[in-house]
Amino acid sequence: MMRLSWFNVVSLTLGFAFLYIPMIILVIFSFNESKLVTVWAGFSTKWYGELLQNEAFLSAAWVTLKVAVMSSTLATVLGTMAAHVLVRGGRFMGRTLFSGMIYAPLVMPEVITGLSLLLLFIGIGLDRGVMTVVLAHTTFSMCYVSVVVSSRLVTFDRSLEEAALDLGCSPLDAFRLVTLPIIAPAVISGWLLAFTLSLDDLVIASFTTGPSATTLPIKIFSAVRLGVSPEINALSTLMIGIVTVGVISASLISKQNLIRQRKEERQAVRAQ
Amino acid sequence: MMRRFLLISVPYFWLLILFLVPFVIVLKISLSDTALSIPPYTPTFDWSDMGAFFRALDFENFLFLTEDDLYWKAYLSSLKIAVISTFFTLLIGYPIAYGMARAPEEWRPTLMMLVILPFWTSFLIRVYAWMGILSSEGFLNQFLLWTGIISEPLTILNTNTAVYIGIVYTYLPFMILPIYSALDRMDGSLIEAAEDLGCSRLLAFWLVTVPLSRNGIIAGSFLVFIPALGEFVIPSLLGGSGTLMIGKVLWEEFFSNRDWPVASAVAVVLLLILVIPIVLFQRNQQKQAEAEQ
Repeated sequence: MMRLSWFNVVSLTLGFAFLYIPMIILVIFSFNESKLVTVWAGFSTKWYGELLQNEAFLSAAWVTLKVAVMSSTLATVLGTMAAHVLVRGGRFMGRTLFSGMIYAPLVMPEVITGLSLLLLFIGIGLDRGVMTVVLAHTTFSMCYVSVVVSSRLVTFDRSLEEAALDLGCSPLDAFRLVTLPIIAPAVISGWLLAFTLSLDDLVIASFTTGPSATTLPIKIFSAVRLGVSPEINALSTLMIGIVTVGVISASLISKQNLIRQRKEERQAVRAQ
Repeated sequence: MMRRFLLISVPYFWLLILFLVPFVIVLKISLSDTALSIPPYTPTFDWSDMGAFFRALDFENFLFLTEDDLYWKAYLSSLKIAVISTFFTLLIGYPIAYGMARAPEEWRPTLMMLVILPFWTSFLIRVYAWMGILSSEGFLNQFLLWTGIISEPLTILNTNTAVYIGIVYTYLPFMILPIYSALDRMDGSLIEAAEDLGCSRLLAFWLVTVPLSRNGIIAGSFLVFIPALGEFVIPSLLGGSGTLMIGKVLWEEFFSNRDWPVASAVAVVLLLILVIPIVLFQRNQQKQAEAEQ
């Protein structure tokens, strides 16, 4: 084992300080009494109270949640299918184009994706609102899902599936009973990724939404443009809190699963 | 057979209609006349008469981009900002990734999670956090005034410096993770061998560690450079009126000036600029995948 040098310790400390101090300051000042966000005037939770009474933010949060749930679920189904095609599809016409279309949205600037989708929606005369944002979010997040799922499918032992087919499963049952449980962790993390991407997106939603559907990032962006406000700090703190709890519990669960899986494997080996 | 067809065609057609066709439309509008595409824009979408369309093709919008030097300056300044901030992200990210790779085995999952956590946190909020820090009465100035390093508050918010800080901060995890995964795979005994053979530690690092993490450096740099080039949120929140970035120009052309053909032409040119780094990035990823097999 290599030892950490003082240089490693310093760079890790400074690096993580850089990553976390801005967010910590944000969280601390969400509990500030004063409206001036840079001057501390005593502890208060009043901004959280005001936030919960702000109809505009609440309805935007509801729209965002709806969009995120719908688009991430659709994206997970489509992305898993796409991953299957990429890894197992064999040869078919336009395969290169297909894999190109999977990877391109990952690096496409959001302004271009947003602009092009808006022009499409106008071109085919689709009314812009929740539905168009869902379509837009599904399109780019299915690509992330398919990358995550295909990396799991590549290492998947195909003979398990073949055994199920030999034993009389229909292909759909073999997928449902054998493949899906094995790739489930990747599918779930794909869903989570798609969900977060959708919650987080400002640019593509701004292009593809209509006046009836303002998402939370759009709302935050227009408020933040006017400057720093304690209410936004409170909202940010809530969002950071939810994400932190989510990520930590997800990693704890996956760690436990890994331990259990190793234990079962050892037992299986012993039983033989 | 039917099932296979369905499996392939559903995601295929989804992407064709919602990813490829929109690009064709952007291309088409960028080549159309401004007069034609004033609301309600219907004439631009007349697909039936392609012959007439090709006759009417005009590069006026692209010519316009070359005539007004705003666009050239915006492309150049985006490139400059993206290159400089990628360099600083590498400079800051490499030592962190290196420290992580040398940390005791049992720390690594935690360190890894600490790098990934900001990535799951809202991008907008992470950019917003810097507005309170960099403003003239913000925390950075308060701190520097308190320590006595400066006597007058510095103007950082609404300048290019703030944009650099914002890009480095938000994209740092994208740089750290690929470098860390390259360093993590490295065989530690190689360094020992180099040191046994008389290399100094610094020389061993430069001659052994850096070349072995090359793929990580390349992947990380592209992952920062490509999105930074088209960035919109960071320049519009942290940058000032003097900060020219093409993502912002496209946004304003579209939402404020409502000039769709010019916005589309700006998008097409941005895409052409990005094709080179995207292809290089894909090639690097492919090489890496092949090396792993």
